[in-house]
Amino acid sequence: SPGAHHPSALSLFSLTVTSEQIEHLHRRFKQLSRDQLTIRKENFDSIPDLEFNPIRGKIVHAFFDKRNLRQGSDGLGDEINFEDFLTIMSYFRPIEMNMDEEQLDHFRKEKLKFLFHMYDSDHDGKITLQEYRNVVEELLSGNPHLEKDSARSIADGAMMEAASICVGQMGPDQVYEGITFEDFLKVWQGIDIETKMHVRFLNMETIAHCY
Amino acid sequence: MPSVSRVVPESCLLIVVGLLVGGLIKWVGEEPPILKSNIFFLFLLPPIILDAGYFLPLRQFTENLGTILIFAVVGTLWNAFFLGGLMYAVCQLSGPNLNDIGLLANLLFGSIISAVDPVAVLAVFEEIHINELLHILVFGESLLNDAVTVVLYHLFEEFATFEQVAVIDIIFGFISFFVVSLGGVFVGVFYGVITAFTSRFTSHIRVIEPLFVFLYSYMAYLSAELFHLSGIMALIASGVVMRPYVEANISHKSHTTIKYFLKMWSSVSETLIFIFLGVSTVAGRHYWNWIFVISTLLFCLIARVLGVLVLTWFINKFRIVKLTPKDQFIIAYGGLRGAIAFSLCYLLDSAHFGMRDMFLTAIITVIFFTVFVQGMTIRPLVDLLAVKKKQETKRSINEEIHTQFLDHLLTGIEDICGHYGHHHWKDKLNRFNKKYVKKCLIAGERSKEPQLIAFYHKMEMKQAIELVESGGIGKIPSTVSTVSIQNINPKTLPVQRILPALSKDKEEEIRKILRNNLQKTRQRLRSYNRHTLMADPYEEAWNQMLLRRQKARQLEQKMNNYLTVPVHKLDSPTMSRARIGSDPLAYEPKADSENLPIITIDPASPQSPESMDLTNEEPKGCGGLPPSPEEDEEGLMMRVKEPSSPGTDDVFTPGASDSPSNQRMLRCLSDPGPRPEPEEGEPFIPKGQ
Repeated sequence: SPGAHHPSALSLFSLTVTSEQIEHLHRRFKQLSRDQLTIRKENFDSIPDLEFNPIRGKIVHAFFDKRNLRQGSDGLGDEINFEDFLTIMSYFRPIEMNMDEEQLDHFRKEKLKFLFHMYDSDHDGKITLQEYRNVVEELLSGNPHLEKDSARSIADGAMMEAASICVGQMGPDQVYEGITFEDFLKVWQGIDIETKMHVRFLNMETIAHCY
Repeated sequence: MPSVSRVVPESCLLIVVGLLVGGLIKWVGEEPPILKSNIFFLFLLPPIILDAGYFLPLRQFTENLGTILIFAVVGTLWNAFFLGGLMYAVCQLSGPNLNDIGLLANLLFGSIISAVDPVAVLAVFEEIHINELLHILVFGESLLNDAVTVVLYHLFEEFATFEQVAVIDIIFGFISFFVVSLGGVFVGVFYGVITAFTSRFTSHIRVIEPLFVFLYSYMAYLSAELFHLSGIMALIASGVVMRPYVEANISHKSHTTIKYFLKMWSSVSETLIFIFLGVSTVAGRHYWNWIFVISTLLFCLIARVLGVLVLTWFINKFRIVKLTPKDQFIIAYGGLRGAIAFSLCYLLDSAHFGMRDMFLTAIITVIFFTVFVQGMTIRPLVDLLAVKKKQETKRSINEEIHTQFLDHLLTGIEDICGHYGHHHWKDKLNRFNKKYVKKCLIAGERSKEPQLIAFYHKMEMKQAIELVESGGIGKIPSTVSTVSIQNINPKTLPVQRILPALSKDKEEEIRKILRNNLQKTRQRLRSYNRHTLMADPYEEAWNQMLLRRQKARQLEQKMNNYLTVPVHKLDSPTMSRARIGSDPLAYEPKADSENLPIITIDPASPQSPESMDLTNEEPKGCGGLPPSPEEDEEGLMMRVKEPSSPGTDDVFTPGASDSPSNQRMLRCLSDPGPRPEPEEGEPFIPKGQ
């Protein structure tokens, strides 16, 4: 069984995902990898619905981002195995009722870290203005008739807002380099990501088919 | 010393007023009017429901739809049968007065009184500012249980006239539930789409735009009621469906009109309903039977508590955010009964239901109990239990970006793991909406506007208005953030802006906006009830300017000196100020600083050749004005103008504050309203050096 070879990934899922669901994921993995042991970026192209997603590039990238693999490494991988796949999926597990304060905090930080890595594409530990602009451009990429300027102004405005939340008053000579992870946490303070960022693993009967 | 209104909810006070008025009328010897069911269902109820439906917080509603439906349908059914059954038992066991009340009559009584009333819930919950989840759960339940109530009511009313009730009748009853609820929704959607479609073509007759919203919604309600479908669900469905498209199509003024009219009508209705309840209590024929009334009250409460407990236990298996016991208590406690129960009972035919008066008495007692006792005590209980209150969060552009990003991310993950979940279907619906529906129902350019852009423009507008207002009072709040574009993107150099001459329409526009905005204050509040209204920016002129902006392509230049920064979390209005390079602007522009010429607003005397003719608002001799596309585009932004190269604009010659061109600018821009102090330096358009 796939579970036997991947104890560390399983332990993340311990309480909220049953072995049945891991079976499902494994089957899905095999579908995507065409029965190989690893998945490459190209394999994600075979998912039809993903084409409509404006941020598909970032999503696929996130799977290969070594920072998300909880191993302390950095950089980009070329391929991922099932354990890595599970590790990425574990970021989307739902909240558990019996978590204490510390666990909840860790849970939340973990999810936010994943998001942060998605925004921070050059891996330098902060989200610069250019990266933020890039995010907004991607979000608006489904509207080809829009000018680039609109995306830019939104990103600029958002960045200024983030700066004012995180740093507050700034003199005219101070430069806000970018949103660090601590700042990111501050921006997300009002939003309860632990309840929002999850995928229901409960009902896995409908498994999509790829070409 | 807490004021009366903090202790006693408004609904209670109104009922008391009604009691007094009824008592007064009776004392005088006249017959006080009773709340006729006709009037209630046809005129008093629809505005409240439409108001609720039109401003329904859709995101929370759909997220919790499962929970809401279970409470509304299963909960109400349980209440009706439990209460009806127990009351039947009581009737049989008690004295001879009650013995002849049959099972069906009791079940009918149960179904009338078991429904949570939206009017009462709104009236009480709005004042306690409870967190959004609980609010939408109880309120949503009160709206959706109408279908159940309608079905049960008509069913039992009919059955009471039958000799025998066959199983087939019960099955039909079951089916009719689906027909009634889905039929009501369908009717609502149909009229909603018609309204949206109509609003697409109203660009030349803006004045009657609100009429379509009200008219079609009311027709939806009437059509549904005509066929004994659920009118409330029709109203809600039509409001929900029409809103996004109508709001994209109609002018800003129409939007304001709709909002204010809905709030006004629902406010009036609610007041009248409660007053009439009070009057009807005095006026009605009552038959007080201790056993019946007390046991009704008791069983109502027990049924509600049991129902909520059991259902929550079941629901929590499927919810991500579980409902805590505190939540359950509030949900149970918030099950208020109101005028709908009263009116439904009043509709009963006394020929068939001799004990109607007793029913009425019992219902009124329950209503009074829930509204007075539960209504008054819920606020201290909420405080005591430390239930989460509504958070006054500001909708920030960051939040919007992140929310959208998260939505797309979760949809992507669902697609990757092959799971057609909630996000997948929502995304599909959105795409369908964007591709087909919006094109049909929204006029012109707006049909293609993505949500992020629309949101951003709205925010810009709001900040601009707040800026004008705070600039207009001459005060600059101390908790202003000083972040500017230079702080985040130091490489961009302030660009010399070319200031073309302003056309007549633009002037007109600007003057109108400034005049309208300068002396009013607005509050930014998010709410969907009549107690707190949302701020309304002047979007019509804004939209037109926006289009021109897009055409003029001045966006990049403008954004360099543009600041959109929401305030610190302490409540202060947003201020925008632009900076030029490294020239810091002090918070209070010092009057003696040469770099900051102060513009004085100097209302022109009528004899002056440069004065404005107020009656036809023609600025005489106003040409070559400074408010460029920037001013035009922002409309209401306060900004420091670039040091213009000589020749492009003769208005900004520093120091010459009395130059004719300067005065020209002032006259055209200022509102010759109340005479301001001559010394009052308004840094409205501070000049650069």
